[in-house]
Amino acid sequence: MTAPRPPLLSVRDLCVSYGAIKAVKKVSLDVFAGEIVSVIGANGAGKSTLMNAIMGDVRRESGDIFLDGKPLARRSFQVVAQGLSLSPEGRKVFAPLTVMENLMMGAFPRRDRHAIDDDLKRVFTLFPRLEERRQQYAGTLSGGEQQMLAIGRALMSRPRVLLLDEPSLGLAPIIIKEIFRELKLINEQGTTILLVEQNARQALLLSHRAYVLQTGNLLKEGLSSDLLQDPDIEAAYLGGGHKKP
Amino acid sequence: MSNYTEGILILLMINGIAAMGVSLLTGFTGIFTLGHAAYLAIGSYTTAILTLDYGFHWLPAVILGGLLAMIVGYLVGLPTLKLMGDYYAIASIGLAESIRLIIENWQSVTNGARGIPGIDTFTTLPITAGFFVVMAYGAFCLINGRIGRAFKACRDDHVAASLLGFNTPRYRVLSLSISAFYVGIAGGLYAGFISFIQPIMFDMLKSTEMTSVVVFGGLGSMSGALLGTTIITLVTELFRPISQYRMLIYGLVLVLVMVFRPEGLLGRHEVGPALFRKLTRRVTPAPGERGPL
Repeated sequence: MTAPRPPLLSVRDLCVSYGAIKAVKKVSLDVFAGEIVSVIGANGAGKSTLMNAIMGDVRRESGDIFLDGKPLARRSFQVVAQGLSLSPEGRKVFAPLTVMENLMMGAFPRRDRHAIDDDLKRVFTLFPRLEERRQQYAGTLSGGEQQMLAIGRALMSRPRVLLLDEPSLGLAPIIIKEIFRELKLINEQGTTILLVEQNARQALLLSHRAYVLQTGNLLKEGLSSDLLQDPDIEAAYLGGGHKKP
Repeated sequence: MSNYTEGILILLMINGIAAMGVSLLTGFTGIFTLGHAAYLAIGSYTTAILTLDYGFHWLPAVILGGLLAMIVGYLVGLPTLKLMGDYYAIASIGLAESIRLIIENWQSVTNGARGIPGIDTFTTLPITAGFFVVMAYGAFCLINGRIGRAFKACRDDHVAASLLGFNTPRYRVLSLSISAFYVGIAGGLYAGFISFIQPIMFDMLKSTEMTSVVVFGGLGSMSGALLGTTIITLVTELFRPISQYRMLIYGLVLVLVMVFRPEGLLGRHEVGPALFRKLTRRVTPAPGERGPL
């Protein structure tokens, strides 16, 4: 179903090193328009490094990244201008600024006032709690609300591909469910999503396709529904070996 | 109005312009400086030399002084502000000392350590007030606008800021350039106020004083910086009769504020309707709001 179209975001043989340590080794992945793609893997698999390298926050050692066939810039602010945005790991909201100010920070590269207002409405429809708390300092929000804010802020640049780094980090299961429900909705509204998650089950349930990363290497890729059934994946990432419900 | 009162008012406004410059950089962009006397010196000497030796009218001379300070700030900022952390603070100490030494030793142009006497005293109250109003208006527009938002983003979390599409090094350098411009203008007006300048006026003590009034007033508050500089200027002026205790009182005031209000007098609040609303309610400091160090 996705075969004939060229990918929207394409990563080719990406390598990233921190000094002598190779964090990402020749990773290639494709994200097609309209998809949700997840990258799962354990701690230290290189998931966040992969995201940061795409965003230009970490220097890539070799490899190419293309957005819609055009080479992706290497510096963060240029990457954002090209149409990518990241909701970073650990959320990184501006604690001393209000919810509203945080959201407007996300719209910084844009100048089309009316479209920004539309996107603001969209974010508030997705996360009504942010609207209730728009004048509250971001640092006083709960973890789940901060995550919603980080996602909303990333949406404010109206990205072509939304990158999410561990949106479930440190959140209660019920909040994770809520956030993942909104992610599905964001995708149905037309935003392509690349998701990095340790919470493999949630990620596989949400995404169309997935890649499995292990110590910097791409281990497996496939349809999320297939990976959910895969015995190896089950044992390694889905808590298999225990009794199944 | 007596000459003395007028003099104090002029001094207040000149210091106010300089404080706004420092506040923009340290308070709003989060870049610490310990060498802003350098830009003050550049502004003063440029104005003095241009008016005395080259027959410039004072107005273009002051503005050129500001611009020259801005260019120096830009050039120093380019290599040092790409690095995150306190590199600029260290570099600024070096900058201030080198500028002072250059002025002291470039006899043919700056008259060296003897200083430049007989500068035309063009800095009258209306002129200073004019500069002050325009520059304060500019500063408040700047911090509440798009660029100000970029400065605050760089201050609060530069990683998040760059991931959101801010070219953070560019805004840090821009902040320093504008800051240097403000201080350069203050320097030019200062030269026209006291009519005699010498390199020793722009030493390390001056630099730390410029930064400390802003910390005292509140990092991240433009009106706080103005309040801070007003109080410090008045304290040093009012206690002139007991001059041997002046620095003691100055130090005491700073220590007391840092002990009881480490976020500075106004913290991150601006004087305005919003502040009075807050004062009537119980005040909860903004998360992340804290003292300078």
